[in-house]
Amino acid sequence: MLPRRTFLIVTALLSGAIAVPAHAATIQIVMDNLVVSPAEVTARVGDTIEWINKDIFAHTATARNGDFDVAMPPKKTVTSVLKKAGTVEYYCRFHPNMRAVLTIAP
Amino acid sequence: MFVRLSAAIAALSLLGGAALAQGAKPTDPQIAHIAYTAGVIDVAAGKQAITKASNKDVKAFAEGMVRDHEAVNKQALDLVKKLKVTPEDNDTSKTLSKQAADKLAELGKLKGAEYDKAYIANEIAYHKAVNGALETLLIPSASNAELKSLLQTGLKLFQGHQQHAEHVAAGLK
Repeated sequence: MLPRRTFLIVTALLSGAIAVPAHAATIQIVMDNLVVSPAEVTARVGDTIEWINKDIFAHTATARNGDFDVAMPPKKTVTSVLKKAGTVEYYCRFHPNMRAVLTIAP
Repeated sequence: MFVRLSAAIAALSLLGGAALAQGAKPTDPQIAHIAYTAGVIDVAAGKQAITKASNKDVKAFAEGMVRDHEAVNKQALDLVKKLKVTPEDNDTSKTLSKQAADKLAELGKLKGAEYDKAYIANEIAYHKAVNGALETLLIPSASNAELKSLLQTGLKLFQGHQQHAEHVAAGLK
């Protein structure tokens, strides 16, 4: 028989594990020399994207369908959490020749 | 070879009515000077647009031009310093500067939506011409690998600016 305190802790851990979505991942997408890589990324709702801008230029990751618009100052990393599923084409508003696709599973 | 050089000169001519003497290949110090001058010209045009533009997308575009061209020119200066290359003034740079000063004066007389349209139209033509010159003449002529690589970055950047300008122009109609 477990002491009552231990039982409570175990219960709390278990319910915690159930409440948090399984395997929320962090995915890196790099802007370097005006190229987005990887150009195609697959992720899930709840995952975090780490947008790494290695350039001396400001960039954005702007979804064509309006789902997100992330601003990246020069030489900075910003993060955003994916909220909506879908296949989203995005580009840089300042340099529209920078294009990529993010496929977000529910 | 002759055809390609002619095309490049035509692009530069469009840009500033300049032609390199006898189709001679520009040297690295000359290329550095031409590329730097091309950036300075667009920064000046952008600064004028920030004060004169009435459309918010045109103004934001101009701010982007000043930001990007100043950043890339700073990188160019760092590179020539590192390579111990002294940018060399030349007829192409001189003609570019002269033509740009004339264009700035011409745009300076316009106002409101008329100015916005003329500025963006000139930005499209200007970036197109610089891209042509980079692709067909400046990049192939550059002998230093780091200079060549910076010019290649410049080409991608300028191509991005051209597309951005085209988007803004489409929104003005």
